[in-house]
Amino acid sequence: MEIFGLLADGFATSLSPLNLMIVILGVTAGLFIGAMPGLGSVNGVAIVLPLTFIVPPSSAIILLAAIYYGAMYGGAISSILLGIPGASTAVATTFDGRPMARQGKAGLALIAAAVASFVGGTISVVLFTLFAVPLADLALAFGPAEEFALVLMAFTTFVGLGGDDVLKTIVMICLGLVLSTVGLDLISGQPRLIFGDLPGFYSGISFLVLAIGVYGVGEILYTIETSRTSPSVTPAKLSFRALGEGLREMNKLWKTMSFGSVMGFFVGMLPAAGATPAALMSYGMAKTFSKKPETFGRGNIEGVAAPETANNAASTGSLLPMLTLGIPGSPTTALLLGGMVMWGLVPGPMLFIEQPDFVWGLISSLYTANVAAVLINIALIPLFVWALRMPFTVLCALVLVLCIVGGYAPSQKLHDVWLIALFGIGGYLLRKDDYPLAPLVLALVLGPLMETSFRQALISSQGNVFTFVERPLSGLFMALAALFFVLPLLKLLRQRKSKPPAVAE
Amino acid sequence: MINTFTRRTAMALMASAALAVATPVAAEGWTPNKPVEMVIMAGQGGGADRLARLFQSMIQTENLSPMPILPVNKGGGSGAEALRYLKDKEGDATTVMATLNSYYTTPLRTDIGVDIEEFTPIARMAIDNFILWVNADSDIQTLDDYIAAVKEAGGSWKMGGTGSGQEDSLVTAMLEEEFGVKYTYVPFDGGGTVAKNLVGNHIDSTVNNPSEQMGFYKAGKSRPIAAFSEERLEAFPDVPTMRELGHDLVYTMQRSFVGPKDMPAEAVAFYTDMFTKLSETAEWQKYAADEALDAKLLTGDALQEFLLNGREVHRKILDSMGELGS
Repeated sequence: MEIFGLLADGFATSLSPLNLMIVILGVTAGLFIGAMPGLGSVNGVAIVLPLTFIVPPSSAIILLAAIYYGAMYGGAISSILLGIPGASTAVATTFDGRPMARQGKAGLALIAAAVASFVGGTISVVLFTLFAVPLADLALAFGPAEEFALVLMAFTTFVGLGGDDVLKTIVMICLGLVLSTVGLDLISGQPRLIFGDLPGFYSGISFLVLAIGVYGVGEILYTIETSRTSPSVTPAKLSFRALGEGLREMNKLWKTMSFGSVMGFFVGMLPAAGATPAALMSYGMAKTFSKKPETFGRGNIEGVAAPETANNAASTGSLLPMLTLGIPGSPTTALLLGGMVMWGLVPGPMLFIEQPDFVWGLISSLYTANVAAVLINIALIPLFVWALRMPFTVLCALVLVLCIVGGYAPSQKLHDVWLIALFGIGGYLLRKDDYPLAPLVLALVLGPLMETSFRQALISSQGNVFTFVERPLSGLFMALAALFFVLPLLKLLRQRKSKPPAVAE
Repeated sequence: MINTFTRRTAMALMASAALAVATPVAAEGWTPNKPVEMVIMAGQGGGADRLARLFQSMIQTENLSPMPILPVNKGGGSGAEALRYLKDKEGDATTVMATLNSYYTTPLRTDIGVDIEEFTPIARMAIDNFILWVNADSDIQTLDDYIAAVKEAGGSWKMGGTGSGQEDSLVTAMLEEEFGVKYTYVPFDGGGTVAKNLVGNHIDSTVNNPSEQMGFYKAGKSRPIAAFSEERLEAFPDVPTMRELGHDLVYTMQRSFVGPKDMPAEAVAFYTDMFTKLSETAEWQKYAADEALDAKLLTGDALQEFLLNGREVHRKILDSMGELGS
């Protein structure tokens, strides 16, 4: 097969000693960049991009791919250990990763995250290798109506959850949607909800700020209250036996992980979406289809595996529209695009034909970066877990500092730090009253995309609402959305039906 | 109409600009002491974004700045986000902004408290062009076919573009007026997304810049119908201009860099020098030719006059469209 020949040529490049060294270096740097709250793959790639002009383009792209992947793995680390999302893509990993760490299962959670990332990365690279060119056409088939239907589907996976109070979930979604309208309106260009004229609100509320506030600061406040004097952080231990146990545990999650990978890849491929919505959607799906949805959010290993497979798969997926259409699927790929232009490569439909060396070198380096990332990550887990042995009084202050730095770093506005404090207190109060926080974050991530695509679709169809069901792809998503919404109700009905006979007997 | 006016001004002032460039400003000592933020007034993947990122990487490879240049997209609200951001950076020496025509139109349409006259002009790098595009699968080959199809659609013809009240929608309004047609204008957040939606058949036509459609055009997925330039574009020798076809529709896009209000003089001198050197590189000259850009450099007072003149021209267009904000 032609593909395998090309891929073999690619491997010949990416496995040379120099490039192997670059991969190890890049992955390690990426891991730490990803683990630092406020620094993500965007910053990593941005910092390194200028350096890449001194090495040949094929080595340069390998370095960037290694950092990109390393950061995707690293994001989970602070999500699990500290409860602060290390990168925006790892928000969903805190939902179950943090509770696991508090139960002393930090090592297991980290192993789960690493293995899940590896599975997600590998499956998506295989998909990429086989179908990159035909899939580009699928990305083109996504217009505004399809985007809206997809986002709606993501929301329904959260509404229709059996575990949480449905009313409270809806309230939190609405609150998130209101927060998502803050800022400048795309369609009219008018500022909205800027509280008089606070310039900090012009760019909207970053969901990372919200996530750091409700999860990072809120978590600390909650822990201080519940633990009072005795710290609740159980020291985590890690041994080879634990590693084996972790792998066995992961073996049971094949269904979740393969589903998360495929879905993550497709969502990542859509230019407007990306890895963060993919991870959140995968989490929602895993919870919906789980037999024990109530264990999610309380330290279910599946809740770590689902988003971690999806965000790595999505990061591969978002390379696809960049290479084949010249449209970046995420901020990081936008930077890569800049690099490619500089190397004299024109991304677009012709790239695969005109520059096969570059394309296949990149694809093969994704395989090597993935393998290197999982090995280095697992090797470093004991070091990360060791960090948790710090006395709680020290850890608590450290986490707060990281929250503030992580909130300030991306935009460098003190405005965001105040918001974090505000959201932290708000999140703490909501949590005390058992309001689920995940739908709030999800709504803020997906809200802007949902609103814009809804309005664009309606403008295109002259205000005809049926455009969402008449178009085949969009109609399919709408049907699935409806299904996810009623599924929990059906479950409830079936339980009631099966009860009376049991009593009669 | 705009172009004739701006061109004349530009030509007249070119001499003084050249003089300013020829005598290097005595600011040898000053260099940025931290990474320079390059604010982009548009979303990712569009013409403005690609160009800004290209400049960024060229500055790095040519070693024109001792500090890295960090591109930041602030495309929200037709660039209002970026304008507000720059306004808050008053006196800052390490922030520059890559502008496009929404630099004129956004503050005119929306009351965001920004007066572009306060900003510090640095360098105009290029003038970009507009072309009318349709999907390559459509039967439309000529402007006449196109106008007939739009008329037949009776107002439901979907024209895609970036934001509302900025370049793409102005060109759309000019088409409506010239041909007596009506469009349904669908705003997107970047030229790349617009191009993708045309190729995916979600919209019926666009007025993308050449670079935004280049990849699809080369792959035979989109078809240029007519250019809004004064003369035929070198990169598209077979595409007629609107003027040739008997319609006086000329509209161009400026690609300049400005700094915040009261940027220190030595910093202004440094960036002006940096962009002047950049403009002279062979890579940039080649890129400009490939992408159908007019790469004449304009700096200092000449640029400020050019920009203020552009604002007046746009004020008139917006006024005639009834789009002028309060």
